[in-house]
Amino acid sequence: MDQLVKELLQGNRRAAARLISNIENDVPEKRALLQEVFPHTGNAYVIGITGAPGSGKSSLVDCLLKKIRRDGLTVGIIAVDPTSPFSGGAILGDRIRMQDHALDEGIFIRSMGTRGSLGGLSRSTREAIQVLDAFGKDIILVETVGVGQSEVDIVKTADTTVVVLTPAGGDSVQTLKAGIMEIADIFVVNKADLSGAERTITEINIMLDMKNETQWRPPVVRTISVQNEGMDELWQELRNHKHFMKESEKLLEVRKERVRRELTEQVEYLVKNKIWEQVREGIEIETLVDRIVHRRLDPYSAAAELLEEIDFL
Amino acid sequence: MDRRKIRVLVAKPGLDGHDRGARVVARALRDAGMEIVYTGLHQTAEQIAETALQEDVDVVGLSILSGAHLTLVPRIKALLREKGLGDILVVVGGIIPEEDAAELLKRGDADRIFIPGDSLDSIIEYLRGSFSSNHTL
Ligand SMILES: Nc1nc2c(ncn2[C@@H]2O[C@H](COP(=O)(O)OP(=O)(O)OP(=O)(O)O)[C@@H](O)[C@H]2O)c(=O)[nH]1
Ligand SMILES: [Mg+2]
Repeated sequence: MDQLVKELLQGNRRAAARLISNIENDVPEKRALLQEVFPHTGNAYVIGITGAPGSGKSSLVDCLLKKIRRDGLTVGIIAVDPTSPFSGGAILGDRIRMQDHALDEGIFIRSMGTRGSLGGLSRSTREAIQVLDAFGKDIILVETVGVGQSEVDIVKTADTTVVVLTPAGGDSVQTLKAGIMEIADIFVVNKADLSGAERTITEINIMLDMKNETQWRPPVVRTISVQNEGMDELWQELRNHKHFMKESEKLLEVRKERVRRELTEQVEYLVKNKIWEQVREGIEIETLVDRIVHRRLDPYSAAAELLEEIDFL
Repeated sequence: MDRRKIRVLVAKPGLDGHDRGARVVARALRDAGMEIVYTGLHQTAEQIAETALQEDVDVVGLSILSGAHLTLVPRIKALLREKGLGDILVVVGGIIPEEDAAELLKRGDADRIFIPGDSLDSIIEYLRGSFSSNHTL
């Protein structure tokens, strides 16, 4: 077994940090590392926190941490911030709000840049979750990038998804992208100290009435994270949803779906690599490109020809 | 494929009141393609060292205007060493008198010190130079 993985399983925080870096940096032994980590995963419950930029996601995480820790559970946090598409750099600032917990040994916080990924998580968020899961954290909180519309990746990753909204002021809930309403297991209306909170809550409820979900109707929790208000209720609702997921076997269902997706991805990854390895050995891609560009060949026949030549088709 | 990026913790230890300078540096480093973990004001030495560990940074950048550099920097370096992070680069920015700077460098508590007037480019250049062999940038 890899030394870092061994240390991770022994509870070494530095090993956890290093493993996440190695995975994020796509080191050659990445797949081997993940293989060794995997058997030790599956115990953590993953909660996603998503919502528009500045809606208060990090502040909520900070407040929630107090509740979760009071119940004696350990927590891993992955906080994702956007990578600049221009420079490739990023300012990872979610931690500012969580630094009171920096010295709590039951908490491990890791900031990640999206590094080109578009769905609100980073390329390696899923793998980082596996590391923290194997590390033994009971709960893993994932704060997505505040992109406001395309946080779809989080539902595929989290067992419970919390959507954070704020009193909309002039805008109404209806103007929100449809997608974000669909993914919520729990709605939080944060910054309830600002005017318009009641209206926002009412609008969400009207929308939920129309959907008429029978199995689980997402509760709407009112919070003021700067005053630590509403956190008992939020933590209670999170536990309710977790209970619902387990009792209804929904948890098994979504985890199966996740595994199915991962398995498909892995197969496709291997197939793709294998094909390109063979293609690179035998065939002059540039010749094909030249012929296609000059309209002497079309890309569809070219692709088929290519695979025929390595006896794939 | 190697996708390494230089990761820098930008921290303000001690009691001084504003972080404008630290933010300017953080943005410049981001624009140079680095990942900056930013933790805000009033960080203790312990918080800084533990954050450096969890975030697995290559560099700890300390912004110190309070005059407490001679106690803060050695304390942070000692904690990093304790955690097995002695190889993390420690860079200090702030109003540091020349003889204090010499002292910190000589004892190995800091790897480099920048004072007001040093350009942002010089910081970027220094960091890039320090990692050019094993980081792509
Ligand atoms: N009035 C009010 N302000 C709040 C509340 N919660 C958070 N804020 C403020 O909103 C700002 C953003 O808070 P964050 O927790 O950083 O929000 P975020 O969603 O994590 O932001 P990004 O990660 O940048 O998308 C901060 O200035 C907070 O102090 C609240 O309940 N009421
Ligand atoms: Mg945040």
